[in-house]
Amino acid sequence: MIKIAYTLVYYLTNTVDMIQINNLNFGYNKHSPLFKNMSMQLSAGHIYGLLGKNGAGKSSLLKNLAGLVYAQSGTLNVLGFDPKKRQPALLEQICFIPEEFYLPAVKIDSYIKANAPFYKNFDHDYFNDLIKEFDIPVGQKLINMSYGQKKKVIIAFGLATQAKLVIMDEPTNGLDIPSKAQFRKIMASALTEDRCIIISTHQVRDLDNLIDTVIMLDENDIALKASVEEITEKLTFKKVKEIDASIIYAEPSLSGFNAVMPNFHQEDSKLDMELLFNAILAEKNKFKPYFN
Amino acid sequence: MEFRDNKAIYLQIAEYVCEHILLGKWKAEEKVPSVREMAVELEVNPNTVMRTYELLQNKNIINNKRGIGFFIDENAIENVKSFRKVQFMDDELPVLFRNIYLLNIGFDELKSKYETFVKVNFNA
Repeated sequence: MIKIAYTLVYYLTNTVDMIQINNLNFGYNKHSPLFKNMSMQLSAGHIYGLLGKNGAGKSSLLKNLAGLVYAQSGTLNVLGFDPKKRQPALLEQICFIPEEFYLPAVKIDSYIKANAPFYKNFDHDYFNDLIKEFDIPVGQKLINMSYGQKKKVIIAFGLATQAKLVIMDEPTNGLDIPSKAQFRKIMASALTEDRCIIISTHQVRDLDNLIDTVIMLDENDIALKASVEEITEKLTFKKVKEIDASIIYAEPSLSGFNAVMPNFHQEDSKLDMELLFNAILAEKNKFKPYFN
Repeated sequence: MEFRDNKAIYLQIAEYVCEHILLGKWKAEEKVPSVREMAVELEVNPNTVMRTYELLQNKNIINNKRGIGFFIDENAIENVKSFRKVQFMDDELPVLFRNIYLLNIGFDELKSKYETFVKVNFNA
């Protein structure tokens, strides 16, 4: 009986994790590793915000997950597959929106005809809805569109694939102000219980209410992985007039300081993602005891 | 909806729902927008809206009818008032009191201001 229960628990916890990264070592050359023994689990039903300085390895981590680059050692498990084998059964479940991309000199309908068949769940009606919502001129060749318009086409295509794993590298770059709001609405409706969405971004103000779990890369490893709920349970973000000893990190502002401190009084503050980012970079060791 | 900086988003959404109830826009026994609809409208993560709805359920402001969705509780208005009153007394009143004390404002002056405010805004 106990054994059965244990097996069941094991099975459940294993199916909940969509992505398992174990002791990953990765670098573009042997002498400067980007990730050292990195481990992390990601599950469906979340929008993860991947943060890090330039060169911290955000895009490289995303490329590892999609099988676009290979690690030196360690294991990667994405939906039960090893992504570096690039099996079609996995690739049809991944939607990858890179920061830099190329679109050919064809119109949208030819593009769809050529690419949608790779994804057996491709939803043509949903794609057309998204194109309409994003206000894309359908008669124009993709190559003649602006960067922002192209980006909206590949976002629409990616979401219409109905992929279980949605990876987006800086998706709001190049989007105009109304498109950013449309993007947020589309992503809010795209999150389902069986979908895992990972978005890397520097534009945290564009996305901070969409992200439910923060992953921060720094110094070859994961400096923080915690849900917004967990972060605001342990820390409080607020404006203060003066610095005192309880404050872990603060930045001057017009009316005093924006500060991060332990959440002594169970306050429900709003997570300031930019402040958290700078705080972790500056005081990584002081935050470690709070998240383990 | 414009979010403020000083309060958790899930609580601001709870205030938004409570406001709709107090203003009579959403009435007892009526269905509230689904988690997804609300997340899309407010451009927030659906898990955040779920947290709001769990809180409001605990306060007996909305009910979850399995398989159908969330509905306004029949005693929602009273329950919103007691929930909001606790929040007001704990969070907002101390700030107000501090300013009243610092600026040396008399209660008579406050009372007449309050009465004018009610007359102008609520026609009472």
